[in-house]
Amino acid sequence: MEVLLSVILGFMIIGAIYALHANDLLSAVIAQGIVGYGLVICFLHLRAPDLAIVQIVVETITLIIMVAVVLDSSRKELKTPAGWKGTVNIILGLMFIGFMIYFFDMATASLELFGEHSMRMSQTYVEEGAQRTGAANLVTGVLWDFRAYDTLGEATILFTAALGVLTVLRLKGKK
Amino acid sequence: MTVYFMCFFLFLVGLYGIVTRRNLIKIVISFTIMEFSVFLFFALIGYVENGVAPILTKNLPENPVFVDPLPQAMVLTAIVIGLATSAMLLAIAIRIYKKYGTFDIREINNLRG
Repeated sequence: MEVLLSVILGFMIIGAIYALHANDLLSAVIAQGIVGYGLVICFLHLRAPDLAIVQIVVETITLIIMVAVVLDSSRKELKTPAGWKGTVNIILGLMFIGFMIYFFDMATASLELFGEHSMRMSQTYVEEGAQRTGAANLVTGVLWDFRAYDTLGEATILFTAALGVLTVLRLKGKK
Repeated sequence: MTVYFMCFFLFLVGLYGIVTRRNLIKIVISFTIMEFSVFLFFALIGYVENGVAPILTKNLPENPVFVDPLPQAMVLTAIVIGLATSAMLLAIAIRIYKKYGTFDIREINNLRG
């Protein structure tokens, strides 16, 4: 399992790096699709069918929006060189990444090994979820019953974002 | 442990893109890549070796071991919110392109005031 996931993740990383360096914005967007759909396959192998379904829908919608934005523009990656500021940015970014790797190392020391997860939090959900919520799918049980307030907050955010998109796109703006 | 590190490497690729790219669309793409790596990390933490999906069906094995449903529920919420935030970012990018005619954040800086 770990080898298979590593191979898929390798493809996703290659796709991500290509997306950042592509010359045509359209191919950058398509390469981002590699990452999204690779994630779907990872979710399927991690026994998370609900996540895979939602991710397929979300990735497709994101791709459609991005392609619509990109096709409307000149599609060219910027040709002007970054100059000394760009070099400084790259060096700062790499330093920041080294910093993050240090903390990642510290954090993973406290995690369990891959595949040996002990369910401290969700033991109750798994044992009593079916009787207490009546849902055959335990994820749905957690989402709509034990943590329904999270779902309410999610709906609020979704509504606010839809309002925000409408407002931003409809404004006339100063010329 | 390799899987955790590769997932983190995907996060770092997104972070590098956000810091160094000058194109608004590429910044949005790096943002979504970072999001995806975090979702994957949650799903990886909840995985149990030889577990079955947390759905009660008729033909389950004896004493089934389920994978953890809690991280999956959290990620399900986060995926939808991620769609909302990237749609918002893209809407702002469209506005900026209509006003300045470019996705270059340096040009937008130069035209300030």
